Amino acid sequence: MKYIDEFRDGALARNLATAIAAEADPGRTYHLMEFCGGHTHAISRYGIADLLPTSVRMIHGPGCPVCVLPIGRVDLAIELALKQRVILATYGDCLRVPASNGLSLLKAKARGGDVRMVYSPADALKLAQAHPDREVVFFAIGFETTTPPTALVIKEAARLALANFSVVCNHVLTPAAITNILESPEVRQLGTLALDGFIGPAHVSTIIGSQPYEFFAEEYRKPVVIAGFEPLDVMQAILMLVRQINQGRAEVENEFTRAVTREGSVKAQALVSEVFELRRSFEWRGLGEVPYSALRIRQPFAAFDAERRFNLETRSVADNKACECGAILRGVRHPRDCKVFGTLCTPESPIGSCMVSSEGACAAHYSFGRFREIAVVVAVA
Amino acid sequence: MSSVRADYIRPLDIKHGRVDLSHGSGGRAMAQLVEHLFAAAFNNEWLAQRNDQALLPQPEGRIVMATDSHVVSPLFFPGGDIGCLSVHGTINDVAMSGAHPLWLAAAFILEEGFALADLKRIVDSMANAASEAGVPIVTGDTKVVEGGKGDGVFITTTGVGVVPPGIAISGDLARPGDSIIVSGTLGDHGMAVMSQRESLAFVTDLRSDTAALHGLVAAMIAAVPEVRVLRDPTRGGLATTLNEIASQSRVGMLIDEAAVPVQRQVAAACEFLGLDPLYVANEGKLVAIVPAERSERLLQAMRAHPLGRQAALIGVVTADQHHFVQMHTRFGGKRIVDWLAGDQLPRIC
Repeated sequence: MKYIDEFRDGALARNLATAIAAEADPGRTYHLMEFCGGHTHAISRYGIADLLPTSVRMIHGPGCPVCVLPIGRVDLAIELALKQRVILATYGDCLRVPASNGLSLLKAKARGGDVRMVYSPADALKLAQAHPDREVVFFAIGFETTTPPTALVIKEAARLALANFSVVCNHVLTPAAITNILESPEVRQLGTLALDGFIGPAHVSTIIGSQPYEFFAEEYRKPVVIAGFEPLDVMQAILMLVRQINQGRAEVENEFTRAVTREGSVKAQALVSEVFELRRSFEWRGLGEVPYSALRIRQPFAAFDAERRFNLETRSVADNKACECGAILRGVRHPRDCKVFGTLCTPESPIGSCMVSSEGACAAHYSFGRFREIAVVVAVA
Repeated sequence: MSSVRADYIRPLDIKHGRVDLSHGSGGRAMAQLVEHLFAAAFNNEWLAQRNDQALLPQPEGRIVMATDSHVVSPLFFPGGDIGCLSVHGTINDVAMSGAHPLWLAAAFILEEGFALADLKRIVDSMANAASEAGVPIVTGDTKVVEGGKGDGVFITTTGVGVVPPGIAISGDLARPGDSIIVSGTLGDHGMAVMSQRESLAFVTDLRSDTAALHGLVAAMIAAVPEVRVLRDPTRGGLATTLNEIASQSRVGMLIDEAAVPVQRQVAAACEFLGLDPLYVANEGKLVAIVPAERSERLLQAMRAHPLGRQAALIGVVTADQHHFVQMHTRFGGKRIVDWLAGDQLPRIC
């Protein structure tokens, strides 16, 4: 496949691995956080950890949209499906996120809720047109990448004057989450979380551009390299970060030039700001309340805001006490540090949200990497 | 009042007619449906006896039996339909013991309102598949459920076969050092079906690989009777099948991503839907595990058969108390190929 195979080339990967090993100083550790779940997935799926020297340590960040969705918000979706009897449309990843009372959207579906998996918000809009007698609610999640399509369907619903379509907006903002991590006591005071640099988001940056990260480089002296989601992109970004750190630089560099510019997509940004405005505060699973970190639907489009339409109120629900998702999402802990990892909490019956999406740190480690903890495999030739 | 209602004396209107509740009532309408549609298509000496059961001669050897229900949506897809699928699926389940399949039984659950023209297409496709495979459908049953309580048609087929003497094939016989072989490209069926789903229809010339594999199996065991495990990687794909065998045999597996045959269109479709071809269903492929020293001979025999031309050696069985299936990635790393958790759901980002 063109534009895919070139970025998964094993020979090039070995060259990059050699370069990283040659340039990384064995006397120190490079703590690099990949913010995005897409990077976490690539690292696990292609076995990138096997190609890195021990001095390079990857820390999984909170950039998995499903993982940061708080229980209270999933409860809203379940309430809409079971009590308000709406057709609840959402992305496949959301269906298994554990909510209160042992429920998830998938379990709500089994209890008679009309929950539909869609590939795009446009499909949710089509559902509303096909079922004029039913309320159709799109449960919108994701970072800046999935926000413009949601804005588009809200505008389209307004143009069509659809009376039975609305959206629960859970869209969140990447820069706010990065600031939250950099400002967290673990990083600033306690020094329990060493962070030497970031692999910056791929798809998110196509929308917001590379400019928003310049603040982190300048203010916090952390190098950022924006990288694509293919495994060679990740390897190249690691090499670029190692070089910046070795040279004492803290700059925003763009490895993903085939898709990301400094300004990003101005058109998408305009669309988003037409339909959405900042929430004063929003709860993130793992990070807690983060100020100005999420979007809500603006007043002129209030008719399509399911929270207003159904008078929904989000209740904050604490995570399971044994679950370490919070610390894992902040990069303070590794999935293997969690007591329930792989025992009570598995992809079949996740307790924490990091075990749900294949981008989640726990699910990625469980599905692709847990043999590393055991390492007893004897291949017989 | 006459027991024969005028409606039912008329011939079955296959072109415009629809299944109604009387077609499952046990009355004349049902008899007419069975006679004109099923018996006419499946036509064989056992059905001709018109009994509720088939009286069969005693076969020689060890008997195997398998059953499989088919609920595919959409009912018709590129390269096949639920009809031929229901014949191939059960023949393959029987054949994966090394057996020669002899007879099939078929049970239909029809939904009220289902077009008789579609039912005829399906039944004809089953008849064709059974006749091509040389495995007659010797008995059957039909039920009708109210509209909204089915999905058009569900078909359950049961098959009986006999295992030739000297053949011992079972999921618990894989041994460390054995070779893992697949009979061809993976994921064709699943992606062909998915390309037709209303919510994500995409244009492709992909066709389902649905096929009866007993001929290929016969050729394989004739050449290499030492084959230890055979299984068709249907739902859950290759990954699931290898994990099943690994736990049954209490071994591990190590496969090589670059050696696993996947068609370019399948790889591309999986790429944009966020799916992994290792987990996508096949209906005309098998996995074989064989002692390493016999693998070359087995590959030759498979490649000489039309359904095994792209057969490939993809890995080895390992000693592993955790029964992990692992893979050398094309990229140069190593990872687990785990059981599928839930359904394969698309990633959003």
